[in-house]
Amino acid sequence: MSVRHALLALLSEGPKYGLQLRQEFEAGTGEVWPLNVGQVYTTLQRLERDGLVESDDAEAEGPQKGFRITAAGGTELAEWLRTPPDMASPPRDELVIKVLVALRVPGVDVHEVVQIHRRHVVEMMQQYTGVKAEAPEHDVGLALVVDAELFRLEGVVRWLDAADARLKRLPADGSAAAGAVSPRVSPRLGGRLGVRR
Amino acid sequence: MSAALELRRVSKVYGSGPSEVQALREVDLSVRGGELVAVMGPSGSGKSTLLTISGSLEEPTSGEVLVGGAALSGMSRNDRARLRRRSIGYVFQDFNLLAGLNAMENVALPLELDGVGGKTARAAGLAALEELGLADRAVRYPDELSGGERQRVAIARAVVGDRHLLLADEPSGALDSVNGEAVMRLLRAACHRGVAGVVVTHDARLASWADRVVFLRDGRVVDQTASPAGPESLLIPGPKP
Repeated sequence: MSVRHALLALLSEGPKYGLQLRQEFEAGTGEVWPLNVGQVYTTLQRLERDGLVESDDAEAEGPQKGFRITAAGGTELAEWLRTPPDMASPPRDELVIKVLVALRVPGVDVHEVVQIHRRHVVEMMQQYTGVKAEAPEHDVGLALVVDAELFRLEGVVRWLDAADARLKRLPADGSAAAGAVSPRVSPRLGGRLGVRR
Repeated sequence: MSAALELRRVSKVYGSGPSEVQALREVDLSVRGGELVAVMGPSGSGKSTLLTISGSLEEPTSGEVLVGGAALSGMSRNDRARLRRRSIGYVFQDFNLLAGLNAMENVALPLELDGVGGKTARAAGLAALEELGLADRAVRYPDELSGGERQRVAIARAVVGDRHLLLADEPSGALDSVNGEAVMRLLRAACHRGVAGVVVTHDARLASWADRVVFLRDGRVVDQTASPAGPESLLIPGPKP
């Protein structure tokens, strides 16, 4: 999440004060991402330095200082909205590593490890759904933020389900399990999928 | 207060000999009135069997099922049939509405089958539809309704009258995610008004509408979620950069 571009977006609606920007940012993201005052001002200072916003009064400081977006800021915002985020090279997923490691550790029931993580993720999903269930239905900003988290977490659960199903087909002695994480496989996949090392 | 639904060491075996399938193995489950429980598990984990046995549509091989504190095994066939009509509501993935009846008649049907007069039953049906925002669809036939509307009619039918237990098998499986969510929202609301609900699903997003999620694997309950913490706990990681 880019605070920088979120602030530009809020200023694209019209000039605003620093304090107002912070409140609107939090309201617009369903108050799931609290922002401290320092972050808002540091970001605004950098935006001003880069010529993307300008303040109406160079003397005033603090919450009463007003800001507006510049033409360059508008262009930057428009470009950012249309630039795909970096989804091609995911960071190494800690959960994947844990399950791969669990396969190799003697005496560890991988299904149990998978279930611990599944339960944890589902509990998080229950919390997010709880936020949505309590919120007024017209609060679209909140619903969108919560949906994004829910779909991401659902993806994790589906991966765990698939892992469980795959591992169930392995012979009970686990011999194939150790072979399944042949040391050759990871670097090869790592290279092909662009996994960061 | 006794649980609205209680399963005690319930097992179910289908077939025998080499083709024997153990669908449920000593399952214990207790659901209070006012609580929505989701049962999650992969295909073949025993989810649907758990639901049909809970709803007295099928008998366990061993163990005991109690609905509203009463053991199903101690009831006559007629008593069990009456319990199904009066106390238990079912919602299925494919809605199971009768094509020849309009929405209101579909919802009123369980009451009429139970001997309630037609006029009273239809009034109760209309009231249930109103509660789900479907009053203007009351005289439409199922093929004149959207998928989401059909499932809402099915939910109205499941909660009409004085039902204590609501059982749903992949209730939003055929719907898109926003309509699926609407269905779960309604089931949750119905439960929070006092009904006990069990919904089986393999979909974590739908299960997350439940107060408690029970995980089933190879016919056994292997785990369940703790009571969800309040939303404030989501804030602990702090702002994202």
